[in-house]
Parts: sequence; C-alpha cells; structure tokens
Amino acid sequence: MSGSAITTPKGRPRSEGSGKGLLSWLYVSPLVLVLIPFFVVPILVVLVCSFLEHDGFGGMIPKFTLANYAMVFTAELTWKLYLSTVKFAALTWMLTLLIGFWIAYFLVFHVRNQLLAIGLFLVCTVPFWTSNIIRMISWIPLLGKNGLVNSGLIASGAIDQPLEFLLFSDFAVVVAYTHQLTIFMIVPIFNAMARIDKRTIEAARDAGASRFEIMRHIVVPLSKNGIALGSIFVLSIVMGDFFVVKVMSGGGSASVVAALFEDIAVLQYPPAAAASVILLLVVVVMIALILRTVDVRKEIAR
Amino acid sequence: MSATAPFVRFPARSRRRPLDGADTRRPWTFWVLATLFALYVLALYGPMLCIYVLSFQDLRGGLVFPMKGLSIHWFIDLFTQVRTGDVKGGFERSIWLAIFVTVLTVVGSFLAGLAFRNRFKGDGIVFYLMIGSLVAPGLVLGIGIGLLFQYLGLPATWYTSALGAHLSWTLPFGVLVMFAVMSRFDRSWEEAALDLGASRWQIIRMVVIPILLPGIVAVALFGFTLSYDEFSRSLQTSGPLNTLPLEIWSMTLNVTSPSLYALGTVTTLASFLIIGVCLAAITMMQKKRARTIS
Repeated sequence: MSGSAITTPKGRPRSEGSGKGLLSWLYVSPLVLVLIPFFVVPILVVLVCSFLEHDGFGGMIPKFTLANYAMVFTAELTWKLYLSTVKFAALTWMLTLLIGFWIAYFLVFHVRNQLLAIGLFLVCTVPFWTSNIIRMISWIPLLGKNGLVNSGLIASGAIDQPLEFLLFSDFAVVVAYTHQLTIFMIVPIFNAMARIDKRTIEAARDAGASRFEIMRHIVVPLSKNGIALGSIFVLSIVMGDFFVVKVMSGGGSASVVAALFEDIAVLQYPPAAAASVILLLVVVVMIALILRTVDVRKEIAR
Repeated sequence: MSATAPFVRFPARSRRRPLDGADTRRPWTFWVLATLFALYVLALYGPMLCIYVLSFQDLRGGLVFPMKGLSIHWFIDLFTQVRTGDVKGGFERSIWLAIFVTVLTVVGSFLAGLAFRNRFKGDGIVFYLMIGSLVAPGLVLGIGIGLLFQYLGLPATWYTSALGAHLSWTLPFGVLVMFAVMSRFDRSWEEAALDLGASRWQIIRMVVIPILLPGIVAVALFGFTLSYDEFSRSLQTSGPLNTLPLEIWSMTLNVTSPSLYALGTVTTLASFLIIGVCLAAITMMQKKRARTIS
C-alpha cells in the first residue's frame, strides 16, 4: 500500500483506483508500443504464414494448408536438428552453470575485501561489452590446426599429429558458447548470493553444519532464483543461435535455426515459418518450466 | 578451524603449502576456487589478446602465431579494400543504431520500471509478453518483422525495422535490469519529497532519477552493447545496407586475412571508448552534484 502515496497526493484529488492503473499504463505504454508491432504482430505474421501454401519461388498463396507442418514433422532432419541443438543447449547449460556458480560463489564468499570483489566482478563483465563474433573468432589462433594449443602440445611431445577436433567441431561450438554465455550465469547468481545474509551461514556453522550441508541447505536454495534467471538467458540464446554453430563447427553440425536460415536463403518462407512456430513453442515450454520453479518477477522486484 | 576462518583477514605469509592445514587460515576450497577463477579469466581474455596482437602483423601475416612483422597494414587494408566490404559504413550505421536504441531503451525501461512498482490491471500480460520477446529466437522474430514490412509495403531499413527488432530485445532486458535497480529504492524518500510539497515531476527529476542514475547508466550500457553486437535480429530486418555485425559475418565467410583481427581490435576499442565516455560522464555529473549541494 505504500505505493499509493505518489499517485494520490494530498491536494491533488484523483480517483484512487482507476487513476493509479491509468498512470501505470501510461508509464508502461512505450514498452507496449514496441512489443506490439515488433513482437506480437510479427509472431502472428509468422503463425499465419506457416499455414500458407507456397510456389517454391518465394511467392505465397493465400490458401490454408497443414502441409508445412506435415513436412517439418515427417522430415528425419528435423529430429536430428533438434537433437543436436538440445545437445548443445544441455552441454552449454551444464558448463555455464558449473563455472558460473563457482565463480559467483568465490566472488561473494571467498573474496573478503568488497572493493576487490567488485573489481574482480567487473573483470568478468568487461568482455561482455565487446563483440561476440570477434570473441568467437578469437579462438581460431588458439585452437586451429597450427594454433597455439596444437603447437604447444606438439612441442612438448605429448602428440605428434595436430588434434583435428579442436576447431571446427562440436567441441569448438561448446567452447565458444561457454566462453560467451558464462557471464549470463555469473551476474544473476552473483546478485542472488550477494543478498544472502552472511550471519545465516555463520549460524549454521556454529550449529555444526558441514560445508556440504551449508551448501545444500542455505547457499543453493537461496541462489535458486539467480540460477533460474541465468538458465533462461543461456538456454534461450543457445536455442536461438546459429552463428556460433555455423562458424565454429565449420559446417559440420547444424542447429534448428541454422536450417531455418537456409530455408530463408532460398525464400522458402512458409516451411521456415512452420519450423519457427515449432521452435518458438519448444523454447516457450522450456522457459515456462523454469518459470514454474521460481517467481522471477517477485525475485527481481523484491 | 573453519569456524575462525571468516574473521581472519589475511592468509599467513608462510611458505608452507596451503593445503596441509594446521596454520593456513584460508580453507582449501579457497585455493581451488581461486585457481578456477584465474583459469576463467585467462580463458576470457587470452584468446582476445591473441587476435589483438596478431592484427598488428605486416603483409606476410597469417591467422595463427608466430607473429610475422609489426605494422598497421591490416588496419589500412580493412578500411580501404573493396573485398573487405563496407566496413566504414557498417560501423557508422551500427553506432547510430546503437545510440538510438540506447536512448529509447533508457526512456522506455525507466518508465516501465516505474509502472511495474505497483500492481496494475494487465501487468501480468505485459510482463509475460516482455519475457516472450526476450526469449524468442532472434531470427524468427526477424523473419516475422521482415514479412510484416514486406506485407505492408514498407522498405526494411536499419533505422526502422532493425531499430524495432533491436528494441524488442534490449527493452525487456533493460526493464529487467531496472527491476533489480528499483528493488533497492526506498520509497520513503519519495514520500518525504511529497510531504515537502514536491510535484510528481519534481520527485522524478530531483529524487528518483539522481538516486537511480547508476542503474540507468547500466541500462544504457546494456542497450548500447546488445544493439551494437546484435546479429540474428538484424539479418532479416536491416535492408540493403549492412550493420557492422552483418559485415563481420560476411567477412568471416570470405576473408581469411588478419583484416578480420584488425576489425576485432577496432570494434573492441570502440566499445571501450563508449564505456570510458559513459563512466567519465557519470563521474563529472556526480562531481557537479556534489558541488551544487555544498
């Protein structure tokens, strides 16, 4: 109720109920004015398009058909693409969570000087301000056939042939994703952990809790919301990406969106739209499952 | 032993191995995690530093070490050669686009943040639309916007359709950051200003904005970077003239010279320049405010 003060000031009569709602809608209107033409309507356009027939040359015929969906579902390729994309998403999610959680934990609980902790946190975030594409390309001089890793290993005598799987492979794709996306885990988890009252942990320790018990009963449950938020970012980015897969796999693997892009390149809009709608549903279901475990809005707005 | 750990400021300066316990005050987990952190930072910066260094090779330079010569040949090559594409144009367009996006994102997410402090009718719908817009695959949204513009007979350009496409991603992101920032805002300050007779506009201008300024700057930096670097949402929406990430994309497909690395060095410098300018601006504003108060 403390919120009513600003909208119903003394001396400025205002009908309390509707005035407040109206003002909120006024404030939120720029957001809505962007979301409707650039999110809601485009998605509806894609939805409509996915039910249209096409002539194969970029033209769309306004006739209802389910053929596009039938094609997507019956193509063996679709399942392979999803399998590969979900594999990348799962691997990336696990690695970013594992690294991100411990980095955040280190910064919050082990670095005792707060200024130092903030400094180290900034060190982690600086690369985020630089180009993702460039950061991805920057693995080439390291992982390439004649790259630093291979020449180092050869010089040390560990191998005598360069390792081929380092670049342009599934391995490289996962490396690039993890490199780019760990920060999306670190920031929300750091935020959640920074709010944990250190006295809770001291109390638990005094009561005889082991390190593992403190982790399991205090730190993990209280960071859950940060983990959920980070997971949403990582999963939705990997599911929607095709650039990293395309460049880092050297064309060897594909993803759902990479295939979509190929369809678009040959102007096959309706089949691409059908595949888009399915992908969108998959992503929305994934995110909804995560949102079920935590109230993100409450967490952020607390 | 571990019970005393949090009260000790520094590890004992002994040459004893940290893991053998008795006298070292840092728990063993500290050293494990510190190592992990160091490795993470190394992996974060190492590859980037490699390409910055490699971009300063001379004519004989290749894509991998060892370094061949030292010159700025590839930077000149980048901006003068036809085969490297319209880097200069892409650069300018991306900067302008990012500036527009930043301004609109800051205004939009600040206002939306104010709105979401109260529950209002339909707030759930707006919130979930926002999350939807945030998680929707960029290319899918790009296709939709592209088709919409085609259907309406509007030409797709970087300053209309691509601007909207970028906003559909930076704005929800900005609002989420704004939520986090506003959650630390104590509303009794506002009430105090109100009791002293301030108008709503005065409250926003003289109380809310100054206090939330660091958060607003964070939103601006996010907006700028996310737009400057956006690729998949631009692909179908930017029309005939490419933004920088699209230029880089086409370069990765057909340029295999250190020009690519030179571009990496240039874009990174541009990013840092922007951050520097922002931080300098805040410092100046805060100094000015400190002067006015005293």
